[in-house]
Amino acid sequence: MKRAKKSTPPKKRGRLTAKLWQLRLYVMDQTPKSMEALTNLKKLCETHLKGRYRIKVVDLLKDPRLAKGDQILAIPTVVRLLPRPVRTIIGTLSDMEKALLGLDLRASD
Amino acid sequence: MKTKGKRSTPKRVPLPKCRTGIRGLDEITGGGLPLGRPTLVCGGAGCGKTLLATEFLVRGATLYHEAGVLMSFEETEAELTANVASLGFDLASLTKHKMLVIDYVHIESGDVQESGDYDLEGLFVRLNFAIDSVGAKRVVLDSLEALFSGLRNEAVLRAELRRLFRWLKDKGVTAIITAERGRDHLTRHGLEEYVSDCVILLDHRVNDQIATRHMRVVKYRGALHGTNEFPFLIGHDGLSVQPITSLSLNHRVSSDRIATGIPRLDAMLGGRGFFRGSSILLTGTPGTGKTIVAANFAHAACHRGERVLFFSFEESPHQIVRNMNSIGLDLEPLVKRKLLRFHSARPSLYGLEMHLSTMFKEIQAFEPQVVIMDPITSLMNAGTESEGKGMVTRLIDYLKARQITSLFTSLTQGGHVLATSEAAMSSLMDSWLLLQDFEGNGERNRVLYVLKARGMAHSNQIREFLISDKGIDLVDAYIGTSGVLTGSARAAQTAREKAEVLAGQQEAARRKRELERARVALERQISALRSEHEASAEELRRIDEQVGTRTRMLKTERTELGRLRQADATLADGARDGARDGARDGDGNGASDGSHEGRARR
Repeated sequence: MKRAKKSTPPKKRGRLTAKLWQLRLYVMDQTPKSMEALTNLKKLCETHLKGRYRIKVVDLLKDPRLAKGDQILAIPTVVRLLPRPVRTIIGTLSDMEKALLGLDLRASD
Repeated sequence: MKTKGKRSTPKRVPLPKCRTGIRGLDEITGGGLPLGRPTLVCGGAGCGKTLLATEFLVRGATLYHEAGVLMSFEETEAELTANVASLGFDLASLTKHKMLVIDYVHIESGDVQESGDYDLEGLFVRLNFAIDSVGAKRVVLDSLEALFSGLRNEAVLRAELRRLFRWLKDKGVTAIITAERGRDHLTRHGLEEYVSDCVILLDHRVNDQIATRHMRVVKYRGALHGTNEFPFLIGHDGLSVQPITSLSLNHRVSSDRIATGIPRLDAMLGGRGFFRGSSILLTGTPGTGKTIVAANFAHAACHRGERVLFFSFEESPHQIVRNMNSIGLDLEPLVKRKLLRFHSARPSLYGLEMHLSTMFKEIQAFEPQVVIMDPITSLMNAGTESEGKGMVTRLIDYLKARQITSLFTSLTQGGHVLATSEAAMSSLMDSWLLLQDFEGNGERNRVLYVLKARGMAHSNQIREFLISDKGIDLVDAYIGTSGVLTGSARAAQTAREKAEVLAGQQEAARRKRELERARVALERQISALRSEHEASAEELRRIDEQVGTRTRMLKTERTELGRLRQADATLADGARDGARDGARDGDGNGASDGSHEGRARR
């Protein structure tokens, strides 16, 4: 897989550049953890996906119904809706390495 | 309103409880699970954790009108609904009527990347939303341990679980949390550490190819509970911990007596038979007539118009009817009149719990006054010794609570030595009859005696038990210096005794005749003597007369001579002498001495 990715870096980069990243951050009220996650996510996106991303923050306190629909357990949770497949990362994203791995952004480094 | 009422009587009800509605569980927990607190239900795979939890919610909704939330981490709504539909639980309908919310939490290990700190607020939100949407009082989390496979940060997870249980308590819901049984601990991930109020352990064991489920309340803070392991069943209508009335011994008793169908046996039992509603044990070696006594008892009960349920574990109904016909007991019409019902099943057909459940169902359906188990020992062999005893205890409790008289036959192998299981079982029985074989004189005879009969005067005698084509009878066995004699030995002994008595009588008659004869002889002798005596008296008189006559003649002659000689003086003297002699002759019989004297003087 890795080798395959490396062998076609232009295509991959093309896909990444071509499509818009749609991310959703689930938080619970404006807790420090939630704020930290938002800051980290924004920083990450600015570094790797500048201009190609859109972040939607969902506060479960306002709409708890969504927790069930989107199968949310942990807070904060980042869901990558686009590009497919859907990927989920939980936590404040303080571990940048793991966050990149979770979002599958390492290839773009 | 409700909580207000409970608060007003805090001293009387130390720990408010939440009735589960599951048969038997409320009894062993003394009224249900701790109200408003989480309860941990743990056990191995397939032991009924999910079912117990689901039934808790279903019963809550249907019996107590309390809504519930089922948060499932393993099965989807559709799967759950389908699984319990066979037990008659309609989850879809309950969901529609807002009595139940099923929330399936999808966790896939390795699917989620973790980066940095997090908490499980999402779970809390979901749960909170589900609870509030129906106003749930009951919550089930099945099974929380799935979280451990989904989330890698165990430190966070444990902290969050602790918070979750705290939160559930604060929320005031009664919760059941299921968990898989661990090797060293109660649960694989040590959940018991967080749930400290009530822990129930479920178990599924196989003994001799027969599987039995068990339930045990490991812990119940602040409440009395049965600590024993209780067998439970998953039947057609849910889970049931079979009647746990054994915790209490307070059934009402009757002083009504019922006949056994064998008059002599009634006589041995104070003349009136057994108490109604008592439990009777009939033990005996093979072929001593246990089934016959049982059938007689059934026959007598049916003739009083009572219903009898006959559980047979060795013979088929037809076989019993045919065999009893041979001793003149016609059971067929009783079966036709629906007074007598047979239920035959091989003991190895299924486990003890299933047997017990089947028996209870039969009893409930037929409502008999008398229940016969023939033989209970072969049923007890279907499980371990303790299981068997437990079953009998529960059975007796069940029957006693309903005032049903029960007769258990028990097969013993040894002669006099009682098996330990038998001795253990006997303590549960009110009356105990023993049937035994006596061998000797080249024959085998049956005897019966009453080993115990609680609360009634009973005979201590051994009776010989006779079976003929006219039925059964009890006769007095001969007890002599050489022990108990039965059969032909008894008959011989009786004949010997009879002969002895006869001989004695004859001897007496002979002696009587002899004495009579001697007496008659004596009498004859006496009369001979008397006649002799009379003869001699006669002789005496005659002599006296002769002497008198002669004297008179002599006097006459003398007087004649005197007259002839003319001597006047001697004439007067001679006349006086003659008068004296006449007086003496008058009392000659009465005083012979006088006459002798008189004679001697002369």
